[in-house]
Amino acid sequence: MEAGTPQLVKLEDLHVPGQLSGRKHILSIQVENKPGVLARIAGLFSRRGFNIDTLAVGPTDDPSISRITLTLDGAVHPIDQVTKQLHKLVNVLKIRDMEPEETVAREMAMFKVSAAVENRAEIIQFAEIFRAKIVDVARRTITIEVTGSADKIEAFERMVRPHGLVEMVRTGEIAIARGSD
Amino acid sequence: MESLKAEGVEDIFGIPGGANLPTYDALVDAGIRHIQVRHEQGGGHAAEGYAKASGRVGVAFATSGPGATNLVTAIADAMMDSVPTIFVTGQVRTELIGTDGFQEADILGATLPFVKHSFQVTDPRQIPEYVHEAFHVASTGRPGPVLLDIPQDLSRADIDYEPRTAPVDLAGYKPSTDGNIKQIRIAAKAIANARRPILYTGGGVINGNASEELRELAASDRFPVTSTLMGLGGFPASDENFLGMLGMHGTVAANLAMDNADLIVAIGARFDDRITGKLDEFAPNAKFIHIDIDPAEISKNIGAHIPIVGDVKQVLPKLTREYRALQTDSSRLDAWWKQLRAWQDEHPLFYERGVDGEIKPQFMVEALHRATGGDAIITSDVGQHQMWAAQYYGFDKPRRWINSGGLGTMGFGLPAAVGAKVACPEEQVVCLAGDGSLIMNCQELATCVSEEIPVKVFLMNNGYMGMVRQWQELFWDRRYSSVEMGASPDWVKLAEAFGATGMRCESSDDLEETMVAALETDGPVLLDVRVAQEENCYPMIPPGQAARDMVEAPRRVS
Repeated sequence: MEAGTPQLVKLEDLHVPGQLSGRKHILSIQVENKPGVLARIAGLFSRRGFNIDTLAVGPTDDPSISRITLTLDGAVHPIDQVTKQLHKLVNVLKIRDMEPEETVAREMAMFKVSAAVENRAEIIQFAEIFRAKIVDVARRTITIEVTGSADKIEAFERMVRPHGLVEMVRTGEIAIARGSD
Repeated sequence: MESLKAEGVEDIFGIPGGANLPTYDALVDAGIRHIQVRHEQGGGHAAEGYAKASGRVGVAFATSGPGATNLVTAIADAMMDSVPTIFVTGQVRTELIGTDGFQEADILGATLPFVKHSFQVTDPRQIPEYVHEAFHVASTGRPGPVLLDIPQDLSRADIDYEPRTAPVDLAGYKPSTDGNIKQIRIAAKAIANARRPILYTGGGVINGNASEELRELAASDRFPVTSTLMGLGGFPASDENFLGMLGMHGTVAANLAMDNADLIVAIGARFDDRITGKLDEFAPNAKFIHIDIDPAEISKNIGAHIPIVGDVKQVLPKLTREYRALQTDSSRLDAWWKQLRAWQDEHPLFYERGVDGEIKPQFMVEALHRATGGDAIITSDVGQHQMWAAQYYGFDKPRRWINSGGLGTMGFGLPAAVGAKVACPEEQVVCLAGDGSLIMNCQELATCVSEEIPVKVFLMNNGYMGMVRQWQELFWDRRYSSVEMGASPDWVKLAEAFGATGMRCESSDDLEETMVAALETDGPVLLDVRVAQEENCYPMIPPGQAARDMVEAPRRVS
């Protein structure tokens, strides 16, 4: 190359960034609050073979906008491709791939556990340790509400399962970015 | 209606029915030409042909239920090939929705995977707004089909139309068109350093009306150009830099060029499996610059080293300018061109000539080129004849080659020709049909006759669904299963029954003159050309294999 000519790009220096992150991702998606939007998103995921781990839908402070929070496995899915496909939906306004360190994520679950007289005390103790709330007591069962990270909920499930887990209901995770200061 | 007129709609293809009666009533004095097709699928493909030939948005109407579901194939086809189209379906009255009412079908739900966007009207005052939004979405960014579903009672309502003054602004739809200039500079510098570059161009060049800009880029140095099926005509086939089509039935030179390139510049192309073959072995030595208006295409199938999101019409001139500014020594491409020319010389497109007047299908395409001066709008169905047309016609201009690429819809050709002829009445429009395909939508001959649309159908009649037969011959031990057309109609009589002119040709000696006669005959003509029955389409990359596994036409040992 002659002196003074601009630096060219060497082809061997070009690389494609890796497609798979290998970790769980939480996507926080703002969509127009219109009929059929969820069907469009669900359809897109099934058609492209993307697997949703959890999904939570709710209103935002703006009644014309809803928020969909979904989690998926970045070890299996190229998240970049997922978000680009989502962006092609006209009703999708904004997508945020939440950074784990800068995000507070929570999920709620309710556990209906069989609780005979002899193990009732132990279950109540678990609930206290996990800072969970007892929301219903019946003759044979106790229902406990747990809020926290997905890990915490799964840990609680492991504790109560041996006592007889009658039913478990989970909301799926929701997430918000930490304040910046 | 007023909203459609405000969008410049002059022609609509469709069929009325119960649920769109109010719309059809309004059509009576709307001053818009309505072409009454004979099947809604035909109307959908006609709208596609119209859009592909002219670049304007194609519009098709259908009623609810079966009318709407008959459109689905055309909608899916328009999605795959990025055709700017609007499909307006009637729907049952609002109070009947969800009750399984007569002729009710959830067309919005059914077409979700196949539309760029869709609307269901819930208030008549939405109609003008939705129509304008539909045109905006269908025709900008990466074009595509938009569905507008209107319940009967709402299309009936009288509303005042106020002409729209503000441009459409959708919060969730902002295609980026400029192309990042830093990325474009990096791309220019990479191209300047490439020893074996190739421009791999696709339908985006046609859709983006960027043929001129592509020519400028190719001319900025001696860059070899190859094109996908959908991109043919985007770069002149007769240009010496053109290597021919690439992919499954592409030329040996084009495919070996991709296989050996060190830098592939993808321009409005999407690395479809018919291009790449076995993905792991595709272009093993190459780095990729990928220019596309749809960011989701970039790194979908092949990771892009230099992604550029933008409209090719805007990006290419910038790339050309940046590249020229580098003043690169083009002698670095000498060795590459020597190699490319050697491949071209050693492996031209080849077929054994027919003897005793036998018409080889490739010869038929060559004769078609001569008879039309190489300047007709050619539509095709799907199969062998489509590939031969792509290989042998030699398209020099964009929007002259209209076919179903992504979805591969048999029966596309005739209705697409109807649409193309309506869009471009001054142009010669020929549907090069296959006999397996033509019968799937042959009812549109009635449309040609009654609407006085003089398309010429040149039927490549080999008595088989030829491409399927070829696969059964090559990959399924010649166990032919349901590929013979058996009792096909007498096509000449069929044409005549419809009120068109029927002609037949059985010898290569008079093929070209018969074609010219057909072209000079007034009104629609169906010319039944009896071609060699078991000819195979070569070269061919067997499915799932790599470019270097390409199979060429066997040569007769003399």
